[in-house]
Amino acid sequence: MKFGALAVAAMVMVVACGSSTNPNTGTPTQQPPTANMKPQTSIGSGEGQLNLIAWEGYVDPSWTTPFTQQTGCVVNAKYAGSSDEMVSLMKDGGGGQWDMVSASGDADLRLIYGGDVKPMNVNLIPDFQNFQTFFKAPPYNTINGVHYGVSLQWGPNTLLYSTKKFPNKPTSWSVIYDPANKGLVTVPDNPIQIADAALYLSKSQPKLGIKDPYELTKSQFDATVSLLTQQRQLVKLYWGLASDEINAFSNGDVVVGAAWPYQTIQLQQNNGAFADTIPQEGATGWGDTWMLATKAPHPNCAYLWDKWVSTPQVQAEQAISFGETPVNSKACAEMESLQAGSCAQYHADQTGTAYFNTIKFWKTPLATCDDGSQNCIPYDQWVSAWTTIKG
Amino acid sequence: MIERPHPRKGGAVPFSGLLWRLPWLRPVLLLTPPLAWFVVIYLASLVTLLVTAFWTTDPFTTQIVQYWNTDNFQRIFNEPVYHTIIGRTVGMAALVTVTDAALAFPFAYYMARIASRRAQTLLFAAVLLPLWASYLARVYAWILILSHDGLLNRSLQAIGLPPANIGYTNIAMWLVFSYIWLPFMIIPTYAALERVPESLLEAAGDLGARRSRAVRDVMLPLALPGIVAGSIFTFSLTLGDYITPILVGGAGSSLIGNVVYANVGIANNIPFAAALAMVPVAIMAVYLLIAQRLGAFEAL
Repeated sequence: MKFGALAVAAMVMVVACGSSTNPNTGTPTQQPPTANMKPQTSIGSGEGQLNLIAWEGYVDPSWTTPFTQQTGCVVNAKYAGSSDEMVSLMKDGGGGQWDMVSASGDADLRLIYGGDVKPMNVNLIPDFQNFQTFFKAPPYNTINGVHYGVSLQWGPNTLLYSTKKFPNKPTSWSVIYDPANKGLVTVPDNPIQIADAALYLSKSQPKLGIKDPYELTKSQFDATVSLLTQQRQLVKLYWGLASDEINAFSNGDVVVGAAWPYQTIQLQQNNGAFADTIPQEGATGWGDTWMLATKAPHPNCAYLWDKWVSTPQVQAEQAISFGETPVNSKACAEMESLQAGSCAQYHADQTGTAYFNTIKFWKTPLATCDDGSQNCIPYDQWVSAWTTIKG
Repeated sequence: MIERPHPRKGGAVPFSGLLWRLPWLRPVLLLTPPLAWFVVIYLASLVTLLVTAFWTTDPFTTQIVQYWNTDNFQRIFNEPVYHTIIGRTVGMAALVTVTDAALAFPFAYYMARIASRRAQTLLFAAVLLPLWASYLARVYAWILILSHDGLLNRSLQAIGLPPANIGYTNIAMWLVFSYIWLPFMIIPTYAALERVPESLLEAAGDLGARRSRAVRDVMLPLALPGIVAGSIFTFSLTLGDYITPILVGGAGSSLIGNVVYANVGIANNIPFAAALAMVPVAIMAVYLLIAQRLGAFEAL
């Protein structure tokens, strides 16, 4: 009872600190909070430190060591496990602790409209002019012509399959929704996976009228969730880490699933009986961006870093070490010199082609549809639907 | 010149004198640091959790909005998927606890009452050995055993049986949990069994009970507090775990911990995660009350 009284007292204290406000409806019809912040017009001398939030493998000694030697900026990286971990680490403009984050498209708009990142001056990045056109201003990091970051690398979400089970290359995503493959399917444990199903439905059920898999109206969303609920009976594993999916494939637990090129490369290195493809419906994809924290304590080092990772050489090194595609069109030659055939393998030469046009890049689902109406299902409902789908 | 402090004349009072004059001061000084620790670290964090559960988040930026409501609890209460997940979690925790108790009792009995001193030491080391290795390594070892091309299926096929194919299922989850938490059941059961005086069993024997009867009617009731104490560990550890379901569970293996993790890590909806995290707190409160009735805390 005494503890109860203490708990009540502590609760009153906490309550007294917090004030009641109405919930924000959370619609981004307004400008991003940092839209009017003027980016710096020149890069001063480095501050000696640079604190990054990054995907594992994005801050590799093979390109950070020469960077530190040239600029004197010591790189400190924290690896995040998910897009959403990045969003929570970047709260309050990076809290004056973090300088940059290598965010993926599904996190970018949340960071931008949360005011956690600020506009960047792309004129300070000489290699920006060599970027492939799409990646100069992709909709996930550029709003009304304001760049909230500089594109880095991209990759597709592919259909990975066992060539023993599928001697003929599957041509449609329908294989992962086909009851014939019950218990042999794996898909990522990520709410953004709903977009993969929506993309498939946009082609297989044109009546639904899905144009953008990230902008779904209630009826389109319900149809997608119902497809995924049926798929659950077929799914052996909702994978969290790339290595979990690699294990499940190499142990023979699954034979088909959604993956990244990275998994295919790893599996092919061990044993050649796996391949991947982009089926006729196209694929979703991710595009990563280095974004500058609103309260970045070392902005000069941040710009120096972004300049460095945009160079063809570093772009190529990162692409090959991680298994993804550079945004700098000049990186292709560098990739070839590092590993012959890699430019074609990662499709680095194919932006603007039919292959590239089939890819729908991840972006945060918003309540506001492209036409300005408020009929679309926002990301938080994607998350709760995903919980329901997995049961 | 040495000045001797004099307690009766005011001014500096020696500390020991103060303690003598104010008898309540000693326990207060002794208890303040641990109590403050308990209140600040333990209760305050629980209270913060409880308070957060009544807030909400901005659906877009996912920042916490301090708008008081009970929507989070209503969602847990109204949506069938959360009933399924809570039911699955409690069921799994109960199943693991019963399995571990059934495995631990004979083992602990042998260790405490039959094994020689030397064998006892060896068995102790054997029980604790898995705790030396990382939790993750032990779970991954089970993935290798249970997977399609794994040890289990290959062994079954070698002796002409059909493959079990229990990788990535709730059965796999049950096996792994039971394996991982077993030491936490064996040790308190062993401690309780060791304390039962041999004379009681001899008395039972003198009154005509066979050894098996004596174990059932004398030993088991006396060891029960130990088993219940162990069950607190196995039950609460299963209730809060989210790593094993991710690694060895399949579709439909989410536990409360996974949904909490997804809401913090993926959705960034900390208020809802807090509301859901109150469910295991409530379940454990009930469990501990029952355990206390059964005398578990005397066996700890």
